Amino acid sequence: MATFPFELVSPEKLLFSGQVQEVGVPGSEGDFGVMAGHAPFIATLRPGILTIHADGGAKRLFVRGGFAEVNPTGLTVLAERAVPVEEIKPEMLRQLIKDAQEDIAGAGHSGAGRSAAAALRLGVRYRPVRSEK
Amino acid sequence: MASLKELRNRIASVKATQKITKAMQMVAAAKLRRAQTMAEAARPFAERMDAVLGNLASGVTVSADTPLLLAGTGKDEKHLLLVCTSERGLCGAFNTQIVRFARERAYALMAQGKDVKFFCVGRKGYDQLRRTFPNQIVELVDLRAVRTLGFVNAQDIAEKIIARFNAGEFDVCTLFFSHFKSVISQIPTAQQLIPATFEEKAGEASTYDYEPDEGEILADLLPRNLAVQVFRALLENQASFYGSQMSAMDNATRNAGEMIKKQTLIYNRTRQAMITKELIEIISGAEAL
Repeated sequence: MATFPFELVSPEKLLFSGQVQEVGVPGSEGDFGVMAGHAPFIATLRPGILTIHADGGAKRLFVRGGFAEVNPTGLTVLAERAVPVEEIKPEMLRQLIKDAQEDIAGAGHSGAGRSAAAALRLGVRYRPVRSEK
Repeated sequence: MASLKELRNRIASVKATQKITKAMQMVAAAKLRRAQTMAEAARPFAERMDAVLGNLASGVTVSADTPLLLAGTGKDEKHLLLVCTSERGLCGAFNTQIVRFARERAYALMAQGKDVKFFCVGRKGYDQLRRTFPNQIVELVDLRAVRTLGFVNAQDIAEKIIARFNAGEFDVCTLFFSHFKSVISQIPTAQQLIPATFEEKAGEASTYDYEPDEGEILADLLPRNLAVQVFRALLENQASFYGSQMSAMDNATRNAGEMIKKQTLIYNRTRQAMITKELIEIISGAEAL
């Protein structure tokens, strides 16, 4: 299967760089998959799970805030926060839910409210899974 | 002439000081390396952000609905100077340099009849600016409690600035920090944050599809970009601070070494003079018998 270069960058460090087969990105207007030869494309991110399909299998990371850029040389995702799903801790989700609730309460315009609501849904969805462990 | 005991005490005290400055130098060197890696790790993000925003901004024609962060308020009356300094001293002229640079800019702006306000990050710059501009400092962000600088710190600062901008408190925001060139050279730098400026890139205008549309992406990314710029400035500053501290402490250690040498010389000379004097006293006493 054709591969293409992919980079996941957060302000603090470069999290992933290498050849991949497919990346599933949570876009603010819907999730989308990027494969080799995708058309040039820029989309903002919604808080969600980013999935990387490479030779070693799938890798899942939680991303929040930022954007994805597809250009002829590959895909770059810039996320303000990116954490591998395995490293997500219950406290982090609780914080996320709290932040999101505050954001919704104080949301001045629809964009911020929508993003916060998405974060809230995500946090709530993952909470029970984590607490059972 | 100081007594022997006094001299001995002074040498011991200088030696103790030298040990401290030496230790501080080594700590600064270790921290500098970490700060440098952090600054380097942050670079790709800032560069990509800049590239994409530059691309977007060049395609947008300024109109009534262009985000104000990019277009500005159309006025140039009220300036906010965001001055980033360190929380600790003992770092040579690091803070003084940044503050002097910002102060000169402030005087130049005030001479043109503009309204200047300060937003301080870091205690040291605040202390220095407070003396000359006691009524013009609007806020101080204290990062003393922060162990490792994170993106969240920059986000906090950016949010505060944007809140003030939206409240119409200023038209132009300029960021002052120290650019880390090398251990011995840190350059105070000014960067305009609002309205945002981007380097125009020639060519390489691949046509992108946007989702959502360009305007919305721009509105979403501009505030984030502000945080990224502040974060970069903070990291550069941190590296510069440790570089500056390292060379300052290196100087101090060397000075202490010289002082010890000089004092030891005086000490030995005095000691010998004492011995000679005592011998003369004994001999002349014996002869008198």
